Amino acid sequence: MAKRGPAVRKPPGQPGPVGEDATTDDSQLREFYRRMVFIRRFEERAARAYTQAEIGGYCHLNLGEEATVVGLMSALEPEDYLFTNYREHGYALARGVEPGRVMAELYGRRDGVSKGWGGSMHLFDGDARLLGGYGIVGGQLPLATGAALAVDYRGGDEAVACVMGDGTTNIGAFHESLNIAALWNLPVVYVVVNNGLGMGTTVEKASGEPELHRKAASYRMSSARVDGNDPVAVREAMLSALASARSGRPFLLEAVSSRLKGHSVVDPAKYRTREEVEALRTSDPVAALAFRLRGEGELTDEAITEIDAEATSAVAAAVAFAEASPHPAVDTLFDYTYATPVPNDSRRLPGEPLFEPAPLPRIGAHP
Amino acid sequence: MSIMTYRQALRDTLGSEMRRDENVLLLGEEIGVFEGSYKITAGLLAEFGEKRVRDTPIAEEGFTGAAIGAAMLGLRPVVEIMTINFSLLALDQIVNHAAKIYGMFGGQARVPLVIRTPGGGGQQLGATHSQNIELYYAFVPGMKVVAPSNPADAKSLLLAAIRDDDPVLFLENLALYNMKGEVPDDDIPGEIGRAAVTRRGSDITVVAYSRMAAVALTVAERMAETDGVDIEVVDLRSLRPLDRETVVDSVRRTHCAVVVEDDWLTYGIGAEIAATISDGAFDWLDAPVRRVAMAEVPLPYAKTLETAALPSADDVTAAIRQTLASVGRRAGKDTP
Ligand SMILES: Cc1ncc(C[n+]2csc(CCOP(=O)(O)OP(=O)(O)O)c2C)c(N)n1
Ligand SMILES: [Mg+2]
Repeated sequence: MAKRGPAVRKPPGQPGPVGEDATTDDSQLREFYRRMVFIRRFEERAARAYTQAEIGGYCHLNLGEEATVVGLMSALEPEDYLFTNYREHGYALARGVEPGRVMAELYGRRDGVSKGWGGSMHLFDGDARLLGGYGIVGGQLPLATGAALAVDYRGGDEAVACVMGDGTTNIGAFHESLNIAALWNLPVVYVVVNNGLGMGTTVEKASGEPELHRKAASYRMSSARVDGNDPVAVREAMLSALASARSGRPFLLEAVSSRLKGHSVVDPAKYRTREEVEALRTSDPVAALAFRLRGEGELTDEAITEIDAEATSAVAAAVAFAEASPHPAVDTLFDYTYATPVPNDSRRLPGEPLFEPAPLPRIGAHP
Repeated sequence: MSIMTYRQALRDTLGSEMRRDENVLLLGEEIGVFEGSYKITAGLLAEFGEKRVRDTPIAEEGFTGAAIGAAMLGLRPVVEIMTINFSLLALDQIVNHAAKIYGMFGGQARVPLVIRTPGGGGQQLGATHSQNIELYYAFVPGMKVVAPSNPADAKSLLLAAIRDDDPVLFLENLALYNMKGEVPDDDIPGEIGRAAVTRRGSDITVVAYSRMAAVALTVAERMAETDGVDIEVVDLRSLRPLDRETVVDSVRRTHCAVVVEDDWLTYGIGAEIAATISDGAFDWLDAPVRRVAMAEVPLPYAKTLETAALPSADDVTAAIRQTLASVGRRAGKDTP
């Protein structure tokens, strides 16, 4: 992938992302459920590995956002690009990235999607056209806008999806990016995953316009809000947003759901009131979809148990893969400072001197 | 060879690179219709059209970041930031994104981006418009920073920067745009990461870059006449990577050094050079390394104050004389 030209090309024969070829029928819904359960189990397992200190740094989970993740990703074409933030494990999985390589990245191992250089917040997979999770709030917005500029420059018909949180709509880069995309008619969909909170600060306390999709109006950009707990609704909304983007009209889509746990694994979310915690019990999209599918006779209890078991064992396999993957060798430390080698690039380890000791000049040898 | 200004060398090189490679495009404020605040892009909109010469809104973070994203997909954008002062609004995109994307994703995405921007005081533009903050970028692994001091280097380093697959901050200087010099006709890229000895000499090494490298050369020629001293001038040209070898090699021959910079002294690039000399040429030194740098104030508007605050040829001359005098004292010799 380190070659010149488009950074990412999907090799032929690679399985597509979730929901490719899918229609909005019941089998699709079952497939959505399967994917959502998989993300749920993956994230729960990641949380456990984090508390066992197998995973370091920060670790933000998609718990509660599974329907949004799966619905959004099912709407993308394999050639479309995705930029997202640090809460992106589910996106990588739904985009078809091998779970073992995602887990290996969280473990900081050599076979991780970013070779152990990125960690939880910085997943990247060129084949899946996942052009990064980004740890700086809002950082991905100008980048996604520029990727859309490149697509437009070349006359391609790919679209760019740019996912962010609700809190991100208050940052300058959000407004600069939407303005540029609108001015230049770029093929990009900005998706706000509104989980109601920044870390602990509510949308109402952070946004002058708390109906976030309305912020697009400043740029005469079309926008919509969708129930982020309904994967089918999310898919439909994203499909029309993408169609708009492809025709040169960028779009702002807001998907509303809940964050079931803390901001990251270590956050006990004590700032939530008892009522809020109570309300969360009814806003679990995985449980809701199971309930619906069972009610409609689409899934039996046995099938639900089976889907669960499948997910659990696939996640266990991902963990096994991660555990078996070697730690990056220290002699690779200087491999990725520059893509084009140039003279005098420093390869000094902290304790090493800048210059090797040289023979001393003779005292008085010079005037 | 042709004689041309630094400005003309930049303009011609942008044009020839755009003709050579259709992935090269320009983005920046007022670079199209207005032809650039300093007219570096004059005529390019007329030749290449709006698709390739894009006037952006005043949104440094937005358009610099967009250029980074476009570079990730294989375009080779050249961004103009009107002056380096305004690059502070794009600091996050440059430092946290352009400089990180190659390494942070394990080498999977490249950022072949050039950010052209002039620094420099002396134009009575006041504190916010007169800074030399290239250090902020030269500090960051993943960035490359070049600072040509003459028209020939402006051309060769711009060629190198555009053809390089990493983000390059290309530092220009307001006071250099009208400088004339010989420029090779062939498009031969220079080498990022290499300093140049722009004048050979045996008595003392003067290390500088950008405008001050040009000042240092003038001082060296003049002092050869007035003081009979033979000054070696090292023009850093590349601030990251930094060519420490060339600096140390020179000081091991001359045994003393003056480091000249247009930015503030404390924590500045001169401090890094002085530390390098201490590491690599301590036993060769006959005098402490002397630094000449801007006064540590927000640069004032009033001409008297501005002139006093900026390093001048006279300041450099005095520092050289004092350093050579202290070498003489140490050798027990009488010096003027
Ligand atoms: C520029 C910046 N400021 C602050 C932070 C620390 N931070 C990380 S996530 C976060 C909250 C973001 O909230 P939101 O955009 O709603 O996304 P969510 O985490 O809810 O998915 C903050 C403040 C950061 N990473 N980057
Ligand atoms: Mg949020």
